[in-house]
Order: sequence, then structure tokens, then C-alpha cells
Amino acid sequence: MSEQVESLIRKDYSAGFHTQIESDTLRPGLDEEVIRFISAKKEEPQWLLEWRLKAFRAWQEMEEPTWAHVSYPLVDFQALSYYSAPRSMANKPKSLDEVDPELLATYAKLGIPLHEQEALAGVAVDAVFDSVSVVTTYRAKLEEAGVIFCPISEAVHRFPELVKKYLGSVVPQKDNFYAALNSAVFSDGSFVYIPKGVRCPMELSTYFRINEVKTGQFERTLIVADEGSHVSYLEGCTAPMRDENQLHAAVVELVALDDAQIKYSTVQNWYPGDKEGKGGIYNFVTKRGVCHRNARISWTQVETGSAITWKYPSCILKGDNSVGEFYSVALTNNLQQADTGTKMIHLGKNTRSTIVAKGISAGRSQSAYRGLVRINAGAEGARNYTQCDSLLIGDRCGAHTFPYIESRNASAVIEHEATTSKVSDDQLFLCQQRGLDAEKAVSMIVNGFCREVFKELPMEFAVEAGKLLEVSLEGSVG
Amino acid sequence: MLDIRNLSARVEGNDILRQLTLSIRPGEVHAIMGPNGAGKSTLGNVLAGRPGYEVTGGEVLFQGKDLLAMEIEERAREGVFLAFQYPVEIPGVSNMEFLKAAVDARRRHRGESELSSFDFMKLARDAAKRVSLDQAFLKRGVNEGFSGGEKKRNEIMQMMLLEPSLCILDETDSGLDIDALQVVAAGVNAMRDGQRSFIVVTHYQRLLDYIVPDHVHVLAVGRIARSGGKELALELEAKGYSWLEDEGV
Repeated sequence: MSEQVESLIRKDYSAGFHTQIESDTLRPGLDEEVIRFISAKKEEPQWLLEWRLKAFRAWQEMEEPTWAHVSYPLVDFQALSYYSAPRSMANKPKSLDEVDPELLATYAKLGIPLHEQEALAGVAVDAVFDSVSVVTTYRAKLEEAGVIFCPISEAVHRFPELVKKYLGSVVPQKDNFYAALNSAVFSDGSFVYIPKGVRCPMELSTYFRINEVKTGQFERTLIVADEGSHVSYLEGCTAPMRDENQLHAAVVELVALDDAQIKYSTVQNWYPGDKEGKGGIYNFVTKRGVCHRNARISWTQVETGSAITWKYPSCILKGDNSVGEFYSVALTNNLQQADTGTKMIHLGKNTRSTIVAKGISAGRSQSAYRGLVRINAGAEGARNYTQCDSLLIGDRCGAHTFPYIESRNASAVIEHEATTSKVSDDQLFLCQQRGLDAEKAVSMIVNGFCREVFKELPMEFAVEAGKLLEVSLEGSVG
Repeated sequence: MLDIRNLSARVEGNDILRQLTLSIRPGEVHAIMGPNGAGKSTLGNVLAGRPGYEVTGGEVLFQGKDLLAMEIEERAREGVFLAFQYPVEIPGVSNMEFLKAAVDARRRHRGESELSSFDFMKLARDAAKRVSLDQAFLKRGVNEGFSGGEKKRNEIMQMMLLEPSLCILDETDSGLDIDALQVVAAGVNAMRDGQRSFIVVTHYQRLLDYIVPDHVHVLAVGRIARSGGKELALELEAKGYSWLEDEGV
């Protein structure tokens, strides 16, 4: 396919600026002393320090996984700094008025105003800058409903019994190499608790920003939806443009108790590196949720950023009649590589899961879907439907599908459909013959391809996601 | 309206059009007939600017402007419409969204404002009715899962909405049953207003019973071998194309 489409593949990254702000950044390197430092900095209780150290010792015994369909030089974990915080956050500001205006300006520039009166109506935001949470909006309003939405570092102090009960309950410290690393050094992230029977009155959102040079970001998010409650949560991510690669290794744990529903949406736009593949974020993330009886967890992700993506948001369908869903759009351009998908583990009876994964590859990028559907012996009447579609733009990119299906129960019904298609010259010509320019045509075709996933996003973000794809494809035809 | 002078074009290294000359005045309907491989479809594709069709000589003036110098979308916005022989599918993009974007692009080009969704809906519903397509087709993906006949009717609907000055119908009759053929022909005839011109590319005389041409041209080895009135089509129907070769054209 034509040079036409080839030249569409250029993109400008609008979130790539760096904020000039004084930070306290820990010396590079990782050892027990660093972990003790982080824990002390956050005045953590002894049990949490022990928990971190246990993770660290496990991590030291583990090896970086290499099975994913991505290639990159091994990360030098001793060259990274594991903690960085804006200096102005040292004495924690009590209200928005006390927050460093530079920080507020950074978020405003990213389109995330933190003043409540300007904020997106009906969305509460927790803003995480490097290793700390800067501000959480609408807390008072949420607390009226009994909803807890705060930095996890704060939750450790205010709600120790909840944190102690659920932290690591879905993703144990030793789960995998990156999860162990995260458990050892996680700095901040969001904590959410929705009480029994409560429908969270607004969308919750966390916005992650990596700013400081040579730091890793290791946030930890824990969402607990008590019996019969509902919550919709969205995370967004950006980082400055830098020549070196930066590491992001997050852990997200979701707990949906009986009859609860959690909808977790991600719009990930970490810096993807330049056209030659220099720089960009290494995004190694473990996301998993557990569904109790009649509960539902729905993961929706739109991934356009990062140099390397390694990410499999998963559901453990433990309770009978529980439902897991995964809707994903992963777009790679230039030299980006993504290995992403999901795991649906059916344990309970009549559990159901749906997977709709859309991969779009442009430039010289490589995109892989990797998904596991496992039906355990006790999962009578389990059902899964998987649909994996790949769209190629140009002829130098690749799309790969690695489905793993394991069924130990004969009553299970598992369906898998996969397609690969190209943005064809004929489609482009049809659009142009009707008066559309080539860029508009490609973005329309790609948006059409993603429609089934976009309709799962909260309304405001569906529009954003469409625009983000458009920007990410800028210059890929012309 | 359209002046084609000595147009030569090549596809994948083969010379298909050889110094073709044709002049079309406003309001006229010209039928292009001829054996397979004569260059009938190539002519439409070259005029629309399809990639892969290389112009090797000659010129084309469209309403006094140099058509071959324009980008594909510019030609469309200036009023050249090609109804495809094999319309492609664009899954997930609704017909409505696609058509509105196309109509807006054309309107902007003319210096007109974009239509409101409400006004556009009214126009689109009316156009769908005129080609006997159910309203549901407006919400479906562009040509997604349409039958052959539905695709062709969808093409005519697009033509109605875009109000082009020059309509090129590339074997629109192929694969149509008689009912669909009549619907398509009625759509085209309704758009004949004395100003708009048509190039109707077809294999068969049958279509020309419904869309009566002012001129019929027979294309052979890349140029016009014979021109005449509508009776020429009947003659071709009776005698086939082989007599052209016998006459040494």
C-alpha cells in the first residue's frame, strides 16, 4: 500500500512538555535502604514496610519476563530513581489554594483543570505527579455519599484495616516480576472504596503524569466495591518527551464483592518515543480484578502511547454468575510495540466473559493480542466470547494474535473470532471521491473499526478517544 | 462541461486509453459501450483520479478547469461523481456519518455553511426513499453487508445528496435485477435537469431503455471507434462488437 498511507504516519505528541519544578529525587539504585526510605517518607506502619520488603526479596529472586512479542534492551534497574516528589509537596498542602501554581498549570495544560468549578462536571480527579498525589477534587461531595477516594498513601493511615485486608489480595506481591517490583517500591496511586449498595454519584478519575528525568513511576491503585455498589473509574496518563526510556510499572487491583459493578476505563497516552523509536515509556502493568457472586468488572482501554506496552487487564470470575468484560483498542505507530490482551479465569458457575480487542498498527510498529480464557472444572455453564480484530495501515507493520484457551469443563461454551484487515486503497479512494481528504478518511475508517469499543467508554471520554486516535495517526496518509 | 482531448492513460504498464477525444455539453447523457478491455472503466477512473491510473498524454478540461491537475477530493468537490462498479464496505462508519462528511466537504468548497444534523437527516431520508432504501440503511456501516443491488442504490443516493455536475456511472447496471435497474434509472432520470451531464458506462443496451442517452460511443482499443445516437446501441445489441474489428478499427 501506497506511499499515500505511509506518509500519514507521523505524529506530534502534545503532552510532551516538561514542568520546571524543584523536586526531591532519590539517588538512583534499588536496595532495602531505598525501600525503608520510601516507607519512612510516607510514615508507613511497620506491617506495610514488612510487606514491601517481602516483595523486594521475592523480586530479587525473579527474572525479567521475555516471553512477550516485544524487543528492547533489558532495563538497568539500578540506574533508576525510585522516588521523586515536587519539593512544594513536602509540607502537604491542605487545600487547592496551597498547591504550587506550576503544578496546577501543568494539569491545566494537559486539559485537566483541578479547580472544581472548572472541572469536567461530574468527574472527580486524583492527580498523581511522579511519585505523589497532588490533589484530589470533589472529596467532600463524595464523602457525603460515603465514597472514599484518596491517595493510597493517605488511605494507609485513615483506613488501615481496608488497605490491609485488600492490598495484594488480587495481585499478590510475588505475582510477577513487575508486580513484585511495584509492591516493593510503589509510591502513590488512588484508593477507592464504595460502601454497600451505593452507586457512586460521579465518575472517578486518576491522572498520572511522569515529569522527572530518570525516574520510574510505580503507582498502585486499589478499588473495592462493596456488595451491590457501582463505580465507574477512568485513568489517563502522559509524560514529557525524552530521549531515554522511562519505566512505568503499575499495579491495579479491583475487588467487586457480591452484586457489585466496576467499570474501569483507561486512556493511555504515555510518550511513545520519536519516529526513530528513540525514547518513550516502557509500560509494564499488572491489572486484575476479582468478581464475587453476581458481580461484574468491565475493563475498557484505549492505548495509543508508550514505546513498549505489556499489559493484560484480567478478571477472576470467582463468584457464580459473575461477568468479566474486556474492550480494548491498541494503536501502535512508528516503532511502538504492544503486547496486550486479557485473562478471563472462570471459577464460578454460569460465569460469562466477553473480549473485544481491536489492534491498529501503522508505521513499522508491532501489535500483538495475547489472551487467556481458562474454564476451571467447577465452572459449570461458563461462557466466553472473544473477538480480535486487527487493522493494518501500510505494509511495514505487523499484527499478531496469541489466544490461549483452556477448558476443564465440558459444559463450557467458548467462541473465538479473529480478523485481520487493511485500510485499503479502495476504501480511501471511495472516501476521497466523495470529497473527503485522505487524513479525514483514514481517521473515519479507524474510528469505525473501533466503534464497538468506544461505545463502552463514558461519553466525554469516547469523544476524547476519537480525537486521540486522530492525532496519533496524523501524517499517516498524504 | 467536459472536454477530453487526446487522452492517453496506462494501467500497470499497459496502455489502455489511446488519444481519446470526447466532448460533453451541459445536460447531455453520453453512453460509453464497447467490448471488455476497451478502456470503458479506465476512462471513469482516470477522470476521478484513481491512484494507479497513469495519464501519459492529453488534457481534460472540466468546466474550463484543468481536471488532471486536481487532487482526487478536489475533483469531487468541484462536482465530479463516480458511481462505482464495485462499491467497497467501510465497516463501523455509518452511512449517515459518511454522507454528512461528504456533503459538508462539498458545501464548504462552494462557500456554503455545513448543514445541521436535523436538516441533513431530512435530506438523507428523502434521498433514501427515492431509491427505495429503508431508513435503516442510513444507520448501517457504509455498504456493510449490503446486497449488490443495495450497494448500487446506495451509490445513487450518494449522487443525489452530493448534487454533482458530472455523474459517471461505471457499469451501475451490472448485477442488478430488473426492479433495481428501474429504481436506479428513475433516480438518474430525476436528476436530469438540463444542466447536469452524465457518462453512462455499460455493457448492455438494456440500461439505455431506461436512461435514454443523447449520444452513444463505442470504445475499442482505447479510443472512440464509432459515435451515434441512441440507435447505435440497438445496432450493437443486434450485431455485437465483432463487426468493429471486421471494419478494421
